[in-house]
Amino acid sequence: MRARLGQTELPNLVLTAAGCAGAGRELAQFTDVARIGAVISKSIMAEPRTGNPAPRLAETPSGMLNAVGLQGPGVDAFLQRDLPWLLSRGARVVVSIAGQTIREYAGLAGRLSDTAGVAAIEVNLSCANAEDAGQMFALDPQRAGSVIGAVRGSARPDIPVFAKLSPDVTDIVAVASACVAAGADGLSLINTVLGMTIDPGAMRPLLAGRYGGLSGPAIRPIAVRCVWQVRAAFPDVPIIGSGGVRAGRDALELLLAGASMIAVGTELMHDPSACSRVLKELEEELAVLGADRAADVVGQAHARAPRGLVRRA
Amino acid sequence: MPRSSAARPAGRPVAPVQIRGTVLTLRRVDAYHAMTLVAPAIAAKFRPGQFITIAVGGPDTAMLGRRAFVVHDVRPDHGGTVEFVFEARGPGTRWLAGLRARDVLDTVGPLGRPFPIPRDPSKCLLLGVGYGSAPLFGLSARLRERGCSVDYLLGGESADRVFGALTARRNGRSASVTTTDGSFGARGPVTALLEQVIREARTDVIYACAPVDVLREVTAIAGRYDIPVQVSVDVPMACGTGVCMGCVLPVNGTDGITRIVRSCVDGPVFRGDLVRWDDIGTIPFDALGAPGWAAPPAGAAQPARGAQGVWGAAQDRHDRGVLRGAVPPGYTALRGDSA
Repeated sequence: MRARLGQTELPNLVLTAAGCAGAGRELAQFTDVARIGAVISKSIMAEPRTGNPAPRLAETPSGMLNAVGLQGPGVDAFLQRDLPWLLSRGARVVVSIAGQTIREYAGLAGRLSDTAGVAAIEVNLSCANAEDAGQMFALDPQRAGSVIGAVRGSARPDIPVFAKLSPDVTDIVAVASACVAAGADGLSLINTVLGMTIDPGAMRPLLAGRYGGLSGPAIRPIAVRCVWQVRAAFPDVPIIGSGGVRAGRDALELLLAGASMIAVGTELMHDPSACSRVLKELEEELAVLGADRAADVVGQAHARAPRGLVRRA
Repeated sequence: MPRSSAARPAGRPVAPVQIRGTVLTLRRVDAYHAMTLVAPAIAAKFRPGQFITIAVGGPDTAMLGRRAFVVHDVRPDHGGTVEFVFEARGPGTRWLAGLRARDVLDTVGPLGRPFPIPRDPSKCLLLGVGYGSAPLFGLSARLRERGCSVDYLLGGESADRVFGALTARRNGRSASVTTTDGSFGARGPVTALLEQVIREARTDVIYACAPVDVLREVTAIAGRYDIPVQVSVDVPMACGTGVCMGCVLPVNGTDGITRIVRSCVDGPVFRGDLVRWDDIGTIPFDALGAPGWAAPPAGAAQPARGAQGVWGAAQDRHDRGVLRGAVPPGYTALRGDSA
């Protein structure tokens, strides 16, 4: 079940999704962070950020709608406190970065490159572009590509750069294509789906931020579709698949669609030890299929007939 | 009714555990339900004021948020049980209310910051509204062990929504009750009776568990009498462990800087005078990290005033950790962090 992230060997392919593992310490109370494939950090920004006012979260059927607004300590506190702590516990760390300008992204990539122990950078492109009337970078192939190009340019060459894409686009392959062309070493999909819920009693939007990102099993079919389309277009680009993974079977579904690593997100709020459980269940699923390694099933749903694998009854 | 666990030195809080808790009993208590779980690992570590979370709806549930419940009581029987009180008012709590003995629940706890105990024996007023009173009785036992006296002020909408009045009468030096409809005790909100109780009981310290608007008023009244107050906030939570960032409040630090903190890990118990009650549901412009925020020059921030000297070592650690900025915002006060 080992996986590779650039130079870094991962003990397994189940990661935590950005923004769902806190600073790592929260989960470490329940699970050994060294045994998680890698911890993808909360999206780190240049400065401390308060995020949105409450209410920030709403439970929806098989989903969670959030408008947390990237609350975080800023890169200085992250490098001074959170990253060393994770490394001291033996975790592999993928740092998710977010910015309001291309320069902020590039600056963050530069800061992380001066630091030992960053296994990869994941670029959260679902941020409002301060220079484009608050439009998300991820919505436009050219702007997404510009961010990735800037990050790739200032990040140390041996640190892989993954672009995290939003499903809220007409053509996700076009955005993926721009990111790959700009130098992305891999893709991470999907981020949350924009949604909204209204409190009928108050007759007002329930979230203070009005709209929120929908996550959880409710969006899993969207994730599977996005991974499938991008894998079909770029069969050689590694994909971290995420979106509603609750169980080993869900992870298997994303692997079959073409992801080579899996990130568990919202389920961590429901079950803080979800990563180890999903891994164990995935191993069982693979055993049923007669697959020795996860790599044997990656992208196999694209094949006309499953090769060398036992078909499930 | 509540029994305190074995006396524990006022050491640092211990890490929570995730266990499968078995339902021992589920009973109606007037308008509420009380559920007892066999959960020895949680009962052994619990301190009054802490809470547990439960995954609701079974293994394939469509409800992803865990439900948080402040613990009412722990007992040594069956190796250790934990009891909590709830109202069946949404799909998750209605599901819980339909469970039976021997059902098994994914349970995490004990979570959150417990009530700090005064350094010296004090006259303590314990104020609770509705089933929010539940954690006060374990606290009362602990306070009385330490030589404190306990007066109660309990409230609710109606007689069947005042929780624990009988226990309060039994173990309190005094117990006052108010209801909105006047069906039990005095008519009106608890805050209408608060000043009278403070004066008659010569209260040194207040503990309050109530809706936010009541806590705001309790804190204001306590401020007028210069009485230190600890509040347990009832803020909706989705995870209880600090990862979802949903249960945030603006809280003033003892360094004078306001931070947006999570009530699950930095609370649910806070010093009432440090919570920015009027700014709940907003991001105050001067909160650390707010748009346009800049670090004030050293010494410019005004440290929070108030009767800090009353509390023991646990509060000191909390002040040093979260509230003095030793820990960055949003990443605060996890167990074992303040070292």
